Amino acid sequence: MKGLKKNIDKIKPQFEKGGKYSSLQSVFDGFYTFLFTPNETGKSGVHIHDSNDSKRAMITVVIALLPCCLFGMWNIGLQHNMAIGDADRNFWSLFFYGFWAVLPQIITAYVVGLGIEFIIAQIRHEEIQEGFLVSGLLIPMICPVDTPVWMLAVAVAFSVIFAKEVFGGTGYNFLNVALVTRAFLFFSYPSKMSGDNVFVQLGSQPAVHGYSGATPLGQLASQTEPTGIVTNILGDPLSATDIFMGFYPGSWGETSCLCIFIGMAILLLSGVGNWRIILSGLVGGFLMAVVAHNWASPLYPVTYLKPLEQLGLGGFLFAITFMATDPVTACRTRVGQYIYGALIGIVAILIRCYNTGYPEGAMLAVLLMNCFAPLIDYCVVNSNIRKRMRRLTVRNL
Amino acid sequence: MNWKKSFIPLVNPLSKDNPVIVQILGICSALAVTAKMEPAVVMTISVTAVLAFANVIISLMRKTIPSSIRIIVQLVVVAALVVIVDQVLKAYNYEVSKALSVFIGLIITNCIIMGRLEAFALNNRPWPAFLDGIGNGLGYGIILIIVSFFRELLGSGTIFGFQIFPDFWYKAGYMNNGLMILPPMALIVVACIIWVHRAINKDLQEK
Repeated sequence: MKGLKKNIDKIKPQFEKGGKYSSLQSVFDGFYTFLFTPNETGKSGVHIHDSNDSKRAMITVVIALLPCCLFGMWNIGLQHNMAIGDADRNFWSLFFYGFWAVLPQIITAYVVGLGIEFIIAQIRHEEIQEGFLVSGLLIPMICPVDTPVWMLAVAVAFSVIFAKEVFGGTGYNFLNVALVTRAFLFFSYPSKMSGDNVFVQLGSQPAVHGYSGATPLGQLASQTEPTGIVTNILGDPLSATDIFMGFYPGSWGETSCLCIFIGMAILLLSGVGNWRIILSGLVGGFLMAVVAHNWASPLYPVTYLKPLEQLGLGGFLFAITFMATDPVTACRTRVGQYIYGALIGIVAILIRCYNTGYPEGAMLAVLLMNCFAPLIDYCVVNSNIRKRMRRLTVRNL
Repeated sequence: MNWKKSFIPLVNPLSKDNPVIVQILGICSALAVTAKMEPAVVMTISVTAVLAFANVIISLMRKTIPSSIRIIVQLVVVAALVVIVDQVLKAYNYEVSKALSVFIGLIITNCIIMGRLEAFALNNRPWPAFLDGIGNGLGYGIILIIVSFFRELLGSGTIFGFQIFPDFWYKAGYMNNGLMILPPMALIVVACIIWVHRAINKDLQEK
């Protein structure tokens, strides 16, 4: 480490003002502060109580995502072997199958996203923000395993430029960047983002007899005589444990409730995730699921799902935990956070149940509420002002 | 000098005073008819024709129209011209007329037309008014054609219905972008044009 620091310090003057590479200063600065804690301190008053900056918050979210990420890789291998009838259930061979399947996606997302952020930071002569650290991992996790990398690259470029940089960069985007990427893919290339053929990687091998690659929610949406029973890719019914552990096909990061709960615990214990949004989101989703289940109708087959299964399947939990709590796009006021979370939960289940065109509504629900978050905050702040005004006038009388 | 000056109404709306990207008028039809290039071109010609002749007619009548009913008079003139354009299209290019459906009729509500009649034709002689109509129609058309070029190329892989991308691209995994066909992308393409245009013309940037 010392040798590395010595070498880096040696080239540092070239990047400072007047140096050979001074135009690349923010790139150098970005890597330098990523590796070492700089020893420059504030020259005016001390007003920082904690070294908890956005870099550390981002790293915490990445750590919280790791369980889902690693489980997702293993699950890709499992689904693949089940689909082609391979009896091999060796942990490492399954894991590495999934690892090699998603590695190109992760690399693409990071290279394209960070590349654009670096270039724009250079143009604007700003410091490089670490906003893409989380998005780059989130984006592949909410896409099907078979998403072609060029589509991912186009979508990442689109969302980083149009959802984030045109509004001023990290911290100014009003829409969640990862979800804009997914929405772009979903509306641009629907055949690669939904349906029965994208969530399990067959790898040009023939599938076994009776195989269907439909996700549980996809199966339900196409049932003509709804039963509320979902199956895995071989047609065996999914038990509650299977749903909780996530042994079913889907966007590869979102399936396991267990891993999402571990991530949720990390976010809540470190204080990075907002418990109000998560709690109200779960309650809102549960209430809507109860209502839907109570008045289940054959017209809308997804309503036959039991409320807890409704929450456990698909991307609902993942979206509530990792997308809704994004501090940039969520509500800032406390009351607003309850409203925001609850509406995400309700709208997600509402879309899922009653719009048969979209088997999963979590993405659209979060994006919709992202748009309304500033309005909710505005109303909450104004009602507070009005309440205080009333108190003031009463006292003055 | 004088000769040059008389063509200002024709040249200005093409870039510096463009009705779509500077005055932000006529956005609605820019979303609706730009999924393919052919309807966009037909729309351009129709709007230019309606605007030029409406400008001339209103300019000829400008001294006789009472100010209190001028909007009604303008609407009658525009509506008459739009009906003529609609009938001509139906007679000679029925396919495109069907593709454009109500949007030919809705030229009446295009803000560019009422805007130019109010702002220019009522105060100017017929010849400058005619040039102004042609200029604004073409300024609107340029944007329409640029937007529809990108939308048709990326959304359908064609230009005027001819396939541009070779078949082996599609075999190698290339796919047309479905979002380009949907209206939101028209707004984003228009926004990109505005972005580039303001970057070149720094005096147009809002502070």
